[in-house]
Parts: sequence; structure tokens; C-alpha cells
Amino acid sequence: MIQADLNVILPEIVLALYAMAALLIAVYAGKDRFTGPLIWLTAGLMAVLAAWIGINGEGTRAAFGGMFHDDGFSRFAKVTILMSGAAVLVMGQDFMAKRDMMRFEYPLLLVLSVIGMMVMVSAGDLMALYMGLELQSLSLYVVAAMRRDSARSTEAGLKYFVLGALSSGLLLYGASLTYGFAGTTLFSGIIDAAGEGQAPLGLLFGLVFVMAGLAFKVSAVPFHMWTPDVYEGAPTPVTAFFATAPKVAAMALLARVLHDAFGGVSTDWGQVLAVLSLLSMFLGGVAAIGQTNIKRLMAYSSIAHMGYALMGLAAGTVLGVQAMLVYMAIYVTMNVGTFAFILSMERDGQPVTDISALNQYAKAEPGRALAMLVLLFSLAGVPPLVGFFGKFYVLRAAYDAGLVWLAVAGVVASVIGAFYYLRIVYYMYFGEEGEALDRSRASVAGVLLMASAAIMVVGVVNLFGIETAAQAAAAALVN
Amino acid sequence: MDNLLSIVTFIPALAALILLVFLRGEDEAAQRNAKWVALLATGLTFLVSLFILAGFDPSNTGFQMVEERAWLLGLQYKMGVDGISVLFVMLTTFIMPLTIAASWNVTDRVKEYMIAFLLLETLMLGVFMALDLVLFYLFFEAGLIPMFLIIGIWGGKERIYASFKFFLYTFLGSVLMLVAMVGMYAEAGTTDIAQLLRHDFGSETISLFGFQIVGGMQTLMFIAFFASFAVKMPMWPVHTWLPDAHVQAPTAGSVVLAAILLKMGGYGFLRFSLPMFPVGADLLTPLVFWMSAIAIVYTSLVALVQEDMKKLIAYSSVAHMGYVTMGIFAANQQGIDGAIFQMISHGFISGALFLCVGVIYDRMHTREIDAYGGLVNRMPAYALIFMFFTMANVGLPGTSGFVGEFLTLVGIFKVNTWVALFATSGVILSAAYALWLYRRVVMGDLIKESLKTIKDMTTREKAIFAPLVAMTLLLGVYPALVTDIIGPSVGALIGNYETALANAASASQFAASQ
Repeated sequence: MIQADLNVILPEIVLALYAMAALLIAVYAGKDRFTGPLIWLTAGLMAVLAAWIGINGEGTRAAFGGMFHDDGFSRFAKVTILMSGAAVLVMGQDFMAKRDMMRFEYPLLLVLSVIGMMVMVSAGDLMALYMGLELQSLSLYVVAAMRRDSARSTEAGLKYFVLGALSSGLLLYGASLTYGFAGTTLFSGIIDAAGEGQAPLGLLFGLVFVMAGLAFKVSAVPFHMWTPDVYEGAPTPVTAFFATAPKVAAMALLARVLHDAFGGVSTDWGQVLAVLSLLSMFLGGVAAIGQTNIKRLMAYSSIAHMGYALMGLAAGTVLGVQAMLVYMAIYVTMNVGTFAFILSMERDGQPVTDISALNQYAKAEPGRALAMLVLLFSLAGVPPLVGFFGKFYVLRAAYDAGLVWLAVAGVVASVIGAFYYLRIVYYMYFGEEGEALDRSRASVAGVLLMASAAIMVVGVVNLFGIETAAQAAAAALVN
Repeated sequence: MDNLLSIVTFIPALAALILLVFLRGEDEAAQRNAKWVALLATGLTFLVSLFILAGFDPSNTGFQMVEERAWLLGLQYKMGVDGISVLFVMLTTFIMPLTIAASWNVTDRVKEYMIAFLLLETLMLGVFMALDLVLFYLFFEAGLIPMFLIIGIWGGKERIYASFKFFLYTFLGSVLMLVAMVGMYAEAGTTDIAQLLRHDFGSETISLFGFQIVGGMQTLMFIAFFASFAVKMPMWPVHTWLPDAHVQAPTAGSVVLAAILLKMGGYGFLRFSLPMFPVGADLLTPLVFWMSAIAIVYTSLVALVQEDMKKLIAYSSVAHMGYVTMGIFAANQQGIDGAIFQMISHGFISGALFLCVGVIYDRMHTREIDAYGGLVNRMPAYALIFMFFTMANVGLPGTSGFVGEFLTLVGIFKVNTWVALFATSGVILSAAYALWLYRRVVMGDLIKESLKTIKDMTTREKAIFAPLVAMTLLLGVYPALVTDIIGPSVGALIGNYETALANAASASQFAASQ
């Protein structure tokens, strides 16, 4: 009995045991000396697990009385999380080594947060949901403040912690209301209590608070305030991590809760999501225009992108979930590439985040500039790059669900968004002479930058088959 | 050859890839290689595209040389040409080698320059051949990226403003079209243009936010598409990006913009707006007519007072595009024949005029009309060629400019005499600004010190103009070359349009009698 249950969460167990073992070994032997190999080992393990889950996973299984689900949906999310986590781990290495930040806790904390995310996307119960979420968040609070001697980094960590605690409070409050009115914390029980079309008012209150708590995690407007500050203050490799895996996990968790627990009242939460989506797209676009710090700019960019992903979710259909998954996979790939680029922005060995420092970058580094150009146009959603298809999927889902007004608003917001991506292109290609950045050496980050740019171009052919995978995943969630 | 169209489309892209991967260095040899690769690739594209023309059967009004492959999300990669698109394909392949040859003096980032133009050619060809909605959108929008870079990197002083304006203006125009496309996909369940042409989109009056929308879906879709194509065309009052873009773009960029990119708007009207949303088109035709008439008169007057040569020609382009929209929405054989003819001929003429400006700009590095005068004394060959294209622009009989203007005016006269009256006054105005420009730049005594040493055109420059002169003359004296190819397809288009209108009218009568 327990054997079967453990089998279902085997990947999580493997990762947790690894984290604990590595922690012990690192504490007793040598401490930070092994950080380099440890990062590679961790990333390798995550990649292997991703491949394992992706290839071997089949069917739908539940463990621990329905608290934990292993289905196509969770597998899609897990593969995305693990792959992006691995990529972000290895690409930040040079950056951290140069700044004396190679603490062995870094990869291990990331592993722990990844375990949290994997639990999140598989959760079938409000308790499991909360456990996963907190494991993820607590690890990330610490990582954000990893540069103890930097006021910025500490501030980011603290801000993240205070606001994160607030959101946890909201979430818990909603969960307790839900429990009070449904009499159970199991999603399968809540969906019965919520019924088709009309749920008890208390349950709807619970739903709204749970959504508010999760909206913090995906940084949807109006719960986005922490994002720019934390992105700016945290060390760049950590920011890169914030922008990728946790976003996928939170978005997948949101989809999971809404469809598994509140699937019957999709018209109710659909409206809320539509408003969140609209606000995020516009605020993300407008607020980014004035930014001069590329990390803050990427924070607003991610807010806008979450708006589009929420548009897919707001549709409340299989197509909508599929669109959201495709969008998130594309978003993560683009962000890995973009942050790989930001990691390499240095002058005299010091990291530079000012956009105007990119003046004439294309003359000095034509290859990297071209890759970044591709990524920026892809982020802006200009065809023929893959970013466009993400937008196309969510527009299609929104239109089919009758949210034409949201689709129109979305495309208008994308024009605003295009402006600030173009501004970076403008600095790189049209800018006047300025103080040049350091020549970047060949590095893992450079490879990832090139790779993700290549994916943006080549992916036009068939999106590397993630369409069918996302379709299967969405079908597993919505029924 | 089953995939001739794909081959033609992707030869330039392949050449761009070769340049990107294999060409190293910034020295003179590398620059020369880049230029030659680009010239050979565009030349080869033109030669291969001749097979398209040779294999094209004008009497068949359907799509020909169709290729079809499944793509993602139920979309398809489908290419094909019909009588309406085939000549635009030919125009593109014909103009591109000339623009590459006209850029022989570029010295800044030559490799990237050539790559941008080669990619642009692929994307433009794709627009005219795509038979899938989203594939069309893909090519249509993607063309913005190289053009944005061309204006922004190799443009003039105000290039940054112009490039942003160009990009954002056209991007905003076309995203609404994207929503309409998504809507069409949802309605019809397919993105195949050939099937969508047969699909009957709803035209019952619907109520939206309390407004009664006559023509329903069709009107809304028409407006969404119109927003995109009107900006691209460009029609008054959304034309303001064009003069900025033209003035700041390098010569070759202006040529491509005027000769080919603007034609995408007209092509879009013919491919989507008119046949797919006939009821919506019919309802809004008066609006289009008056917008065109205003464009013709107003922009001609604006052209009259310009001090920058490129700006003057840019405004003249807007005026000439006014004839095109007018002719298209006249929706009769003369009107549409004339509109397509006008687009093709404008491709040669305006391209050549921008090249003419480029010739003296390369020597003097200014486009101010006041900086010139009396060029005929030192540049007789240039004066002759400039004269020829000025006359063609005015619409002198014997040049292709005349045929297009005349046909569209005949077409519109049959439908709306008043609009025709205003539009015809544009012919006189165009003579005024074009001839005055010519007088100020070329005629008179050569008194400016700076012009005393100016040299006449080189053999390379003459060679670039020769094919343009030949085509302008040939189409001027023998317009059947074009009208024979487009005639049957245009006839079928009008037939379908009128049938659809009649059906919709009888359906609404039937609904009213119930």
C-alpha cells in the first residue's frame, strides 16, 4: 500500500534525499570548495529526473488518498520546472564564482524549492498545496537574501518574505473558509461541495482568497508590488530563477486548484482571472516603459507575460489550459536566454544593469547581439518567432471562450510592450558611441543564450512537439 | 517542380543564412563578397521566379502551383499563386536585385545590411504566396523586423524616431487583424484561404454594447482588416509614418518600401477584405472612396510644399495609392484591373524616383531641393532619366503610369462621379509638384559652387535604371501584358463579390418579409 504511494512520489523523494545527503556531506567536508561540481551534479540530476518523468510517466495515479496526483498535467509542469531550474543553475555559475558567492547552500536551496514546486503542481489537497508552496517560498526567501553583505539583496529578501507571508496568510484564510464550507480539504471533495454553477457564498469567498494568495506568486496585478524590487535586489542568477521555474509552478498550481477544486464554477473565477489578466498586461507594458534597469524591466515584462498566460486560464477550457502551458514553456525558454544575456553584462568585472550600457553592443559582439535581438522580438510576440505562437494560442483560447474584448485588449497591450523591447534593440544596434561593456568570454550562459535564440527561430517548424504534450496535459486536468 | 514557390521564397533566406554563418571579417574583401552573394541570390531568385510566370495559366482563376503541408495548431503551410498575386511576386523578384545593386556604396556593416534585405525578400514573397491566414500574418508582420533595422541602423539623422514610428504604427494596425483572424478561424474552423474565400461569414445585424452593427460579423472583420491594410497602404489619415520612414531610410530601403511593401496593403484588400467580407466592404465603400479622394487631393497639395525630395515623393506615393484603393473598391473590372496595374507600375516608377534621389544624395549627401539646381548642365544622362520617371509619375500617356490612373478613374466614374471628379484633379496636381520639383533640381543655370564638380551617372547606375525604364515603357504601350494575366482572376473575384452581395440582399429581404 505505502509502496504504491511512494512510487508515485519517487522523483520528489529522490530529489529530497539527494538534497539532504549533499547538505550533510558539504557541511562536514570542505564546505564551499565543492560548490562548482555540486552545481553541475544538481543540474545533471534535475535534467535526468526531467527526462525520466517525461519519458516514463504515463496515465494518472493518485497517492495518499488523493492528496498527491501524478498525471499528464503535473508531468508537463514538472519537466518544465526541472529543465529551467537546471539551466538557470548552470548558467549562473560564472557570475557567482566571480563575486565570491559560491556557497554550497545555493544549489541545495534551489533543489528544495524545486521539490516544493513539484509538490505544488501535483497537489490534490489544500494541505499538500500549502506544504509545497511554503517549501518553495521559504527556500526562495533565503536565496534572495544570499548576499548578506549587500543591502539591496537583504532588502529584496526581506521584502519578499514580508509580502510572501502576507500572501500565505490570505491563502490560508481562503483555505480555511473553503474547508469550513466544504468540510474537506481534498480537491475532489471541494468540487462536489461547490457543485455546478452555484457554490455557497462562503466557498466563493474562500476561492477568492486562495486566488489572491496565488496571484501574489504569479505576480499578477494588483498583487505584483514585490516583483520589481525583488528582481532588482536579488543577485542576477537568483533573479533568473525567480523569473522562470516558480512562475510555472504557481501558474500550474492555480490551474490545478481552479479546475480540480472549483471546476464547476468556472464562470465565477473566469471573470476574476480576466480582470487580473487585463490589468497585468497593461500595467506590465506601461510601467516597463520608464525603466532603465534591465532587471526591473524584465520584472515588468514578466508581469505582462503572466497576464497573457492568465488570459488562457481565464478561458476555462481545455484549449485555455493548453494555451497556458504552451505559453509558459515558451516564456521560460525566452527568459532563460534573456537572463543568460543579462548575466554577461559586465564592465570592468562589475555587473551592469543599466540599459544604456548596451550602446553599440552589436558592433562589439554581433553574435550575442543577434541572439538577444531574436529573443527580444520573440518576447514582444512578433512573428515568425516562437513567442508569437504563445500569444496566438492564448488569443485563440480567449476568443473561443467568448472573451473577445480581452483578446483585443491583449493585442493592444502587446504593442505597448513592443516599445520597450525595441528600446533595448535600439541601444544595441542604433545607439551612439558609449563606454563599451567587457568582451564576454565563452561560457555556459553564452551557450544557453544562443540555444534559446535558436529555439525561437527553429521552433516555428513544429514547436518541438510541445503542442501535443500540452494538449494531453490539459486533457488530463480538465474533464 | 512541385515546390517551386517555396524554392523561390527561400533562396534569399538561404543566402542570408550562408552570409550569417560563413562570412567573417569586416575588411573590403568580405564586404565585396557579401554584396556579390546578395546580388547573385536575388538574381537567381528572379531567374527561378520566371518559371512561375512561365508555368502560370491565366485562364485558370483558382490557385496554382499549390503546396500544402500540415503545421501546428491545425494550421497549414500552404503556398500558391493566382492571377492577383503572381505579378506581385514577379515585381518583388524583379526589384530586389536592383536594390542590392543600388546599395553597392554601403560601407557600414555590409554583411548585416545584405542579410536584412535578403530576409526581407523572403518575407515579402511569402506574403504574396501564403494561402493560410496565419502564415500570411507571419510573413506580413515579420517583414517589420528587417525594415525596422534597415531604417534604424542605416538611416538618416532622425532614423530612430522614424524606425519606432514605422514599427509601432504598423504593428498596432495589424494586431487587430490578428484578432479578426483568430475569429475567422473560430468561425470557419479553418485557416485555408481558398476555403475561407468560399465561406459565408455572417452578415446579420448584431448588437454590440447597445450599438446596432449593420452587416454584423462582416463589418467588424472588415474594419479589423482595414485597420491593418489602410496603415500599410497607407491611406489618409494614417499615412503619417510613411514620409518619416521614407526620408530616414537608406535609398534601397525607400525603394523596397515604396515599390513592394506598400503593395501588401492593396494585395490584402484584394485577397481578404473584398472577397471575404463583401457585405462589410459594400457598406463601407463610400468611406473608402472619400478617404481616397481626400488622400489624392490633400497629399498632392502637401507634396507641393515639401523641401525634401524624398518627402515629396513619399507624399506622391500616398496620393497614387489613393487611386489604388479607389479602384479596388469600385469593384468593377476596370477599377480593379487599374488598381493592380497602378500598383505594379508604381512599383517601377516610385522605385526609380527614389533611386534618382539616391544618385544625387550619394554625391552631395543632402536631399534639400534648394541645394540643387541646374544639374542638367553636368548630368545630362541623369536629367534624361529623371525626366522620364517624372513624366511617368505624372501619368503621361505612353508610360505605365497613365494606364493605371486612367483605368482606375474609369472604374470609379462608373460608380461615383463626384469622387471621380475630385480624384481627377489629382492628375493636375501631380503634374504641378512633379514638374516643379524637376525644374528646381535639374533645370536652370548651375550656380551652386558645391555642384560644380558633380559627376554624371556611372555605368552601374545606368544599368540599374535600364530595366526600370524598359518596363515602364513596355507596360505603357502594351498594358495587355498585365491585364491578360490578371483579367480572368479579377473577373472571377468580381463575379463572386456580386453574387455574395445579391445573396445577402435577398437573405435580408427574406428575413424582413418573415
